[in-house]
Amino acid sequence: MFGIISKSLKTGVVTTGYPDTPAEVSSHARGKPQIDWAGWKDARPAAAVCPTGAIETRDESGARAVTLDLGKCIFCGLCADVDPAIRMTNQRALAAPSRESLRQTARYGLNADGTQQPLLAAPAASDAKPESLETVGRQLRARIQAVLGRSLHIREVDAGSCNGCEVEIHGLNSPVYDIERFGIHFVASPRHADMLLVTGPVTRNMELALKKTYDATPDPRLVVAVGACGCSAGIFGRNYATCGAVDAVIPVDLYIPGCPPHPLVILDGLLRLLGRLEDRR
Amino acid sequence: MNPSDVFPELQPILEEVTKRFNGRIESSFAPRLNEVYFHARMDFVSGFCAHLFRKWGGRLVSVFADDARAGTGVFHLYYVMALDAAHGFFILRVPISPETPEFLSLTDAMPAVNWQEREIQDLFGLKLRGHPNARRCALHDDWPEVYPLRKDFDLRTVLPPFQGVRHKFREVEGEGVFQVPVGPVHAGIIEPGHFLFSVAGEPVLYLQLRMFYVHKGTEKLFESLPIPHGVRLAESISGDSSFAHATAFCHAVERAAGVEPPPRARALRTVCLELERLYNHIADVGAICTDVAFVTAHMHAMRLKERILRVNEQLTGNRLLRGMACLGGVRFDFNADQLRAIGQLADELEREFNDLIKLTSDNSGLLDRLEGTGVLTPKVARDLGVVGIAGRASGFDHDLRRDFPHAFYDQVQFTVPVFTDGDVQCRFDVRRDEVFQSLAILRQVMGKLPAGPIAVPVGEVPPDRVALGYVEGWRGEIFHWIHTAPGNRLSRCKIKDPSLQNWPALSEAILGNIIPDFPVVNKSFNLSYSGTDR
Repeated sequence: MFGIISKSLKTGVVTTGYPDTPAEVSSHARGKPQIDWAGWKDARPAAAVCPTGAIETRDESGARAVTLDLGKCIFCGLCADVDPAIRMTNQRALAAPSRESLRQTARYGLNADGTQQPLLAAPAASDAKPESLETVGRQLRARIQAVLGRSLHIREVDAGSCNGCEVEIHGLNSPVYDIERFGIHFVASPRHADMLLVTGPVTRNMELALKKTYDATPDPRLVVAVGACGCSAGIFGRNYATCGAVDAVIPVDLYIPGCPPHPLVILDGLLRLLGRLEDRR
Repeated sequence: MNPSDVFPELQPILEEVTKRFNGRIESSFAPRLNEVYFHARMDFVSGFCAHLFRKWGGRLVSVFADDARAGTGVFHLYYVMALDAAHGFFILRVPISPETPEFLSLTDAMPAVNWQEREIQDLFGLKLRGHPNARRCALHDDWPEVYPLRKDFDLRTVLPPFQGVRHKFREVEGEGVFQVPVGPVHAGIIEPGHFLFSVAGEPVLYLQLRMFYVHKGTEKLFESLPIPHGVRLAESISGDSSFAHATAFCHAVERAAGVEPPPRARALRTVCLELERLYNHIADVGAICTDVAFVTAHMHAMRLKERILRVNEQLTGNRLLRGMACLGGVRFDFNADQLRAIGQLADELEREFNDLIKLTSDNSGLLDRLEGTGVLTPKVARDLGVVGIAGRASGFDHDLRRDFPHAFYDQVQFTVPVFTDGDVQCRFDVRRDEVFQSLAILRQVMGKLPAGPIAVPVGEVPPDRVALGYVEGWRGEIFHWIHTAPGNRLSRCKIKDPSLQNWPALSEAILGNIIPDFPVVNKSFNLSYSGTDR
């Protein structure tokens, strides 16, 4: 017993300062690709190396539409390796309230040699940023607080994931991220839960289990899709064994992209959704 | 085939086998020094495997099918025998005619192939003959009659929605016998699977496992992707083994292409494989403690795991080492700061993990719960072909890093811990010892890190080549077998995660134990559902 106490005392507090201090992000971390939309001459090489189809081109009547889908992106950085117009950033906090807001589409004129110029329409400013999530959070907050007070109980459902997202969700329970200090608990049954944290792609064999879990969760319930596969079915896409993303099966309130998302990214998304970060300002 | 086509250790075996089975082996070839293919007929399989097992200590590590009707008019079955002592693989290929799509089961003689044979039946529509329990395994009961891995089945086929037919479990009856169903959605943050316990009072009489809830069509998907994209898909086979699976895939492709990654790439692969082993082993040591209510140790372990994940990110940009693997080597080199970070990590982990182990060994409550719990006897382990950590805790003295050195493992010294009691404590001890071995390996690699390039170009891989790639992941041996197609694509990618081999052993280890001990027994195996189901 003395050994246990002594080791704990020697170790001290290891919990991150977030959210009182900014989330620490390693300069080496690979996050969202940053695209020089105006200077982008040809999106095809990047689209060709993208393993998940997060970069897509569509050529139609002398014009080209290029879409970057952050819901599909696994932040591998292969596009940046082949295309100087793309740079990988360490920005990872991309949680968004709608699937659409994770897509950015630009329109270009299409040249005879297959290159694209000039930029006809830059992507609409994406609302995949923390502030817009807080707007949704504000709307939800009144409803949630009336029912749940300040605590939140989460049931995690792996509906087909590779277990990578689970590794990071586990991390939320570690002393470093310690999600319980916010009154957020992972619970064993959907009947105890206010929120389902779902990873995907939803497999055909898990579709019914996910629906039943959703039905067993009392209203008002929130659903968060975690990871590239949960948001968009990721590299697996829709195939004979999968039904696609989580929102193909149950309605989703929050999308947290990443492969897998960092624990702080998940935590940040949850707190903003709950309107819990505004209180601190 | 010339004897000189293979490693010297394999030559006497090759000669003996060729002489003994003269006439029954139709042809043979050795595309690599440690990978020999034999072509023969179905009725030859059991005799061949039995002979290699008895005389040369061979073990059947993988059984799979390939729809080769387009090129050869038949399906092929492959039986991969590992000859650990001679450091080579003998792979037997037999044709299965589409007119009589059936094959003979080996399960009665070799229970280790039970699930693999049933998976072939489900995914290829080749009927099993002589199997003691030839029910569906990979596809659930409600699936229509489809054979997804046949070439005439389209990956994007949309099947009718799930109808929810209840699986018929085997009935266990008797006075006071109860059934306890668990899953597929479990109480913890873990993957889905269904466990049906039959209990009389507290002790478990029988445990039935139902897996494949997270079957994602991964092997079929490999056939639709250009080979370089396959590396990223391989990273998503089993999240906590991202780097090991991706490296096994790269290994297979490199062998098919006849390309050898440069020494520095192999060294960096070894660093990453050991980091993956470290974060998982340390997390498991903690998780085993928490399952018997020693939460403090778990918290220390989670802290150390987080420390490793941050170094992973510093080295490769991703906490699970994703994006690092590539064909022909690795994608990122480490600079002086990063190399220093690895050294510091090793020193810190050595100190901290020693403290953690001290906490656990001082805790008599922990010993009480772990010793004698979930025993997998060496005999059962051998019959089921159990590999990896669970195998080494039950007397199985094998490790691909030592027996089939890949990456940089031929350049470092380490020992393979083996225990024979087969209980949770032994599986805990294997991890404990392997953590220290990993740290020693890391230090040795850092001490002799070769200079030079970190990758060589692989280029387009010629069609119709076959190759076996392998890596000792933290759980155990991972195999990727590929058959290349024109246009830098694959016509088949077979993935063998150690979990597939080890799940049936869990059913054996839990017998006679009480349900409250199931979490810790399960955690001591810590098998991958996604790696099994794919």
